[in-house]
Amino acid sequence: MLKLENLSKHFGGVRAVDDLSIEVNRGEVFGLIGPNGSGKSTTVNLICGVYTPTAGSIRLLGNEISGLTPNRRLVAGVARTFQNIRLFDDMPVWKNLWVAQNSTEDANKHNLLRRWFGGAGSDRDEIDALLEFSGLGGRGGELAGSLAFGEQRRLELARAVAAKPQLLLLDEPAAGMNLDEIKDLAKRIKGLREQGMSIILVEHIMELVMGVTDRIAVLNFGGKIAEGTPDEIQKNSVVQEAYLGKPQDVA
Amino acid sequence: MEYYLGIAQTIGIHALLGWSAYVLLLTGQLSLAQVGFFAIGAYVSAILTTMFGFHIVPALMVGALLGGFFAMLVGFPALRVKGLMLVVATIAFTQFVSLFFFNVHWRRDVDGVMAGPDSTQGFREIRFYAANGWDTLDVTLFIWLFVLLVMSGLWWLDRSRAGTVLRAVGADDLAAQSSGINLTVAKVTAMTAGGVIAGLAGGLYAHSATYVDHLTFSVLLATFAIAYPIIGGIHSVLGTLAAVIFIQGILIEGLRFLGDWRNILFGLLIILIMNLKPNGIMDARTMRTIKRMFAGGKSADAK
Repeated sequence: MLKLENLSKHFGGVRAVDDLSIEVNRGEVFGLIGPNGSGKSTTVNLICGVYTPTAGSIRLLGNEISGLTPNRRLVAGVARTFQNIRLFDDMPVWKNLWVAQNSTEDANKHNLLRRWFGGAGSDRDEIDALLEFSGLGGRGGELAGSLAFGEQRRLELARAVAAKPQLLLLDEPAAGMNLDEIKDLAKRIKGLREQGMSIILVEHIMELVMGVTDRIAVLNFGGKIAEGTPDEIQKNSVVQEAYLGKPQDVA
Repeated sequence: MEYYLGIAQTIGIHALLGWSAYVLLLTGQLSLAQVGFFAIGAYVSAILTTMFGFHIVPALMVGALLGGFFAMLVGFPALRVKGLMLVVATIAFTQFVSLFFFNVHWRRDVDGVMAGPDSTQGFREIRFYAANGWDTLDVTLFIWLFVLLVMSGLWWLDRSRAGTVLRAVGADDLAAQSSGINLTVAKVTAMTAGGVIAGLAGGLYAHSATYVDHLTFSVLLATFAIAYPIIGGIHSVLGTLAAVIFIQGILIEGLRFLGDWRNILFGLLIILIMNLKPNGIMDARTMRTIKRMFAGGKSADAK
């Protein structure tokens, strides 16, 4: 599905991501964890095209995508959410979804004039379904900026889903959420996996990561230090060291 | 009556100029180049009617298309600069166009009279309306026909995916790009559309003023062009029109009796509006109130 090979991103002398290789399988929830500054966000930004890699390749379904702009990558099948919510605040909720809808190759070929200058028409059914999915049914007319924090997170997720991606990148989707909201998010993530979507989850909140992921890669200093199932990762001594430091003799 | 029609003409032309900046502002681009496109439309259409005997409608169309063409050319390099740097770059363009026409000396014998742009002396012989027997009312209606046309076009745009995409780019370009929007296409399209509207406005201006020179197309006018959508707000296409009526109709014309005191009040009122209505006169709240009034009291929060 997604294959990162020897991927590197250097900012001047800083090696934010260094020789990273990861493979994500179809229909898998893949966790990406690591201490602050370990290169998780840089990796996300490399996969969805905000940064171009210094070296290495990014393949989606066998196609090299590392040269594409973010919008081309969405068409190729990679959608994302942001660590700090980035909605179109002054636009109604439903238009936030409309923007991202049918940005696929297919839709672009189909009757340009009607697509760009017609009303929402039949898109509305899909938008309504997405609103239901995000628990915002009947609230499409409100401004996105006026929603509560948790609702904004859900809307952003719906916007990413609206593009019908193959691969969904969630950059710290649970940041700032309370326990109930996290449980709700876990349910949504599992639901999307059941629809066949592959998901990369970058997260600090271990309850969520350990609960929903199939496999996890742990990053530190831009490289991968461990990979495995949640159980394996929890027992891994290298991981514990990276998070907690080396055990010392306390004499 | 003539006086009021004159004001109506000014309001119509300035509204078009304001909308040309409004389209760009939707995508978050602040441009002072609109007056450059306005000047191109003015000179080109006036040259066509005065020197080559064109009817005004095709002349306006050519002026508008050329305005759009140059806007597209400006649009590509403008992609690389944002915010203040874009303002500086677009000022440079307006100055360039103004100085270009300052240097154009191209006169032609038309029925025994020399006509055409005469560099420092300006372009004096733009008489299409008078020569064809249009009176002030005809001219005013003609201008407002285009005002209504452009206004309904922009109103329609706001209900289409294209308009939604432009607004998304203006709200957050990274989020827009990650939602599948091609930023280059969106920004250059907005720039081109703005250029077409400005070119059209320029042609209408030249013919109702009957005289243009390079000083008309100043940075001050460019400042007005962006002030309209900023003061009016970009929530609605009506905001720009409201701002033009407020500035041209009330502040400039309505307060004439105050003499030089007018300028002080003018500045004061703009500061007040910017503070009381930071999102423009026609912000989301005002529009909702208006909608509710027209919907007869029931909630107008349509989806």
